Amino acid sequence: MLDIKDLHAKVLGREILRGISLQVNAGEVHAIMGPNGSGKSTLAQVLAGRDGYDVTGEVLYKGKNLLAMSPEDRAVAGVFLAFQYPIEIPGVGNLYFLRTALNAVRKQRGLEDLDAMDFLAHAKERMKLVEMDQSFMTRSVNEGFSGGEKKRNEIFQMAILEPKLAILDETDSGLDIDALRVVAAGVNALRSKDRAMLVITHYQRLLDYIVPDHVHVIASGRIVKSGTKDLALELEKHGYTELEQQLPARPSPALGGAL
Amino acid sequence: MNVQTEIRDLTNQEYKYGFVTDLETDVVPRGLNENVIRLISAKKNEPEWMLDGRLRAYRHWLTLEEPRWQNVHYGPIDYQDIIYYAAPKPKTAGPKSLDEVDPEMVAMFNKLGISLAEQERLSGIAVDAIVDSVSVGTTFKKKLAEVGVIFCSFSEAVQDHPDLVKKYLGSVVPYTDNYFATLNSAVFTDGSFCFIPKGVRCPMELSTYFRINAADTGQFERTLIIAEDAAYVSYLEGCTAPIRDKNQLHAAVVELVALEGAQIKYSTVQNWYPGDKDGKGGIYNFVTKRGKCAGANSKISWTQVETGSAITWKYPSVILQGDNSVGEFHSVALTNNRQQADTGTKMIHIGKNTRSTILSKGISAGRGQNTYRGLVKILKSASGARNHTQCDSLLLGDQCGAHTFPYVEVKNPTAKVEHEASTSKIGEDQLFYCQQRGIRQEDAVSMIVNGFCREVFKELPMEFAVEAQKLLGVSLEGCVG
Repeated sequence: MLDIKDLHAKVLGREILRGISLQVNAGEVHAIMGPNGSGKSTLAQVLAGRDGYDVTGEVLYKGKNLLAMSPEDRAVAGVFLAFQYPIEIPGVGNLYFLRTALNAVRKQRGLEDLDAMDFLAHAKERMKLVEMDQSFMTRSVNEGFSGGEKKRNEIFQMAILEPKLAILDETDSGLDIDALRVVAAGVNALRSKDRAMLVITHYQRLLDYIVPDHVHVIASGRIVKSGTKDLALELEKHGYTELEQQLPARPSPALGGAL
Repeated sequence: MNVQTEIRDLTNQEYKYGFVTDLETDVVPRGLNENVIRLISAKKNEPEWMLDGRLRAYRHWLTLEEPRWQNVHYGPIDYQDIIYYAAPKPKTAGPKSLDEVDPEMVAMFNKLGISLAEQERLSGIAVDAIVDSVSVGTTFKKKLAEVGVIFCSFSEAVQDHPDLVKKYLGSVVPYTDNYFATLNSAVFTDGSFCFIPKGVRCPMELSTYFRINAADTGQFERTLIIAEDAAYVSYLEGCTAPIRDKNQLHAAVVELVALEGAQIKYSTVQNWYPGDKDGKGGIYNFVTKRGKCAGANSKISWTQVETGSAITWKYPSVILQGDNSVGEFHSVALTNNRQQADTGTKMIHIGKNTRSTILSKGISAGRGQNTYRGLVKILKSASGARNHTQCDSLLLGDQCGAHTFPYVEVKNPTAKVEHEASTSKIGEDQLFYCQQRGIRQEDAVSMIVNGFCREVFKELPMEFAVEAQKLLGVSLEGCVG
């Protein structure tokens, strides 16, 4: 599904990703953990096609060169990013926004547009996954949503768009324990043998609910350790500091932590 | 991805109404003097008092200087190089009926998407079609007359309803009001006249479509709408002009009068030719629009979508004279390329417990300059008056400008005035978010712009909301409903 080889990313001349290699197969859930500033979110942004990074290396998505595709082409091809900070779009109805997005994806898949009525039925059914209130639909995209509502809305969008590769960027941040359960249940319901997920998180907590097949630790722009879910528990116990100290070559202090 | 390019593509859609129709036109000699005014008045077969009014205005105008306080820049206007009257020549003599409208004219309006055939209209809108200086036809006059509503061209009103015209003309915008209103009072040629008698709810939307066709002419129209006690009317105005290198002057005056408990809702979609991308050509839209809530519990509501004209200078205003009367102003103004707009409103609170709402959305793209200028004036007599103003500006790109000049004068301590303002740039974050959901960048830009205008669009009648959205390069679904 996803094959990342020696991925580097620079912003304003500073190297944030320093050679990431990672393989993700369909049906797998990979957790990406790491301290603040280690490059986790940059990895998510680069995979989704955010402008402003100077990227080298190779990323194959279903055998295609992902880095050559525009953000919208990646999206319709099945790459979904659940944003760490979902964006507000005042005046644009949540439901309208999602229907436009879904129809863009459907077009790519050779399907007819869903009309407003069919879409509504589909959306209502999907909303149950994240226990969202119907009033969400008539509100503007993320406008005036609480932090928890925004995160739920991201997972709701994922449920609607049914991506092949879902990247969840700190979906647990800012959630209380009840909201975390709801969001995790939504994510788990979307796990399937032909869908891969990259779950980016700072804390082990999320992984109690979304149990990963693999765990990778990023520090200073590199994957420094990979393992099973036990690795996450180990991290919880010892923290990132110890792990960072094991690194053979630390980058210069100016780069560590600053980003 | 490049936001600038996308915004350019979106906003640089070609002006679709820029064609010229070959109509045989009756014009008066170029330039302005008393003889020209007498000639216009004679052509319209006007009574003496009308001519006197024009000449009085003209003589006053000669003493005035063109205002330059507005935040727009343009070269001097040569008032002697304008043709003040241009009328498509009727092919048949005698009183016009709709069946007799020149087929070429009908074709021109069809091309503009305006049907003059009553039976073809689905939407129940009566139309007064004005080309250059004259009305060429008004639909549904008979049907409206059945409920006592008078809807006709201004020229006809002068002939058929002189008492009403005499009573209300200049009662809201006196001939001395301002430079362009004074000029209009001297040379205005046609416009629409609406009268809704006591207790009548006008059964259909009334609308005027203004078309400038002839070259080198100015359009000086005059619209007068009167709603008697407890009457209601919704009125729409649309406008387009051909693409020309030379600037053309449009100096209109609109007066609204709402008596006790009456409501007037006035909506404009202004799409005059904006000039080319280097700022060559385009209409100078210098317009005075004002309504008077003369009676208690009356309401006047202005909604405008200003996308055209090289320069827009207008402040649709409300004089809140009657106690408990309500004034509203909802505006979307888009300036692109070299377009300039200085627009806003004045809310003059005189009566007790009068309320006003101002909602202004300015969008600037290219090198467009967009100014909101508003005055909220609360007189001593207006105890309990309230105003809420919200001004939002959206910048597309980094070469455009947004400016806000809100003036507030409060002379009564019980008044409440609120003002909110925001300026935002269309965000890379918003665009990326849309794109990450599979929405193409150009669609994302129009979606975001449309969302920004939503609160104003929802004030427009359905048909106009559709047109307004199309004008902003957007599909229907985004914001209505």
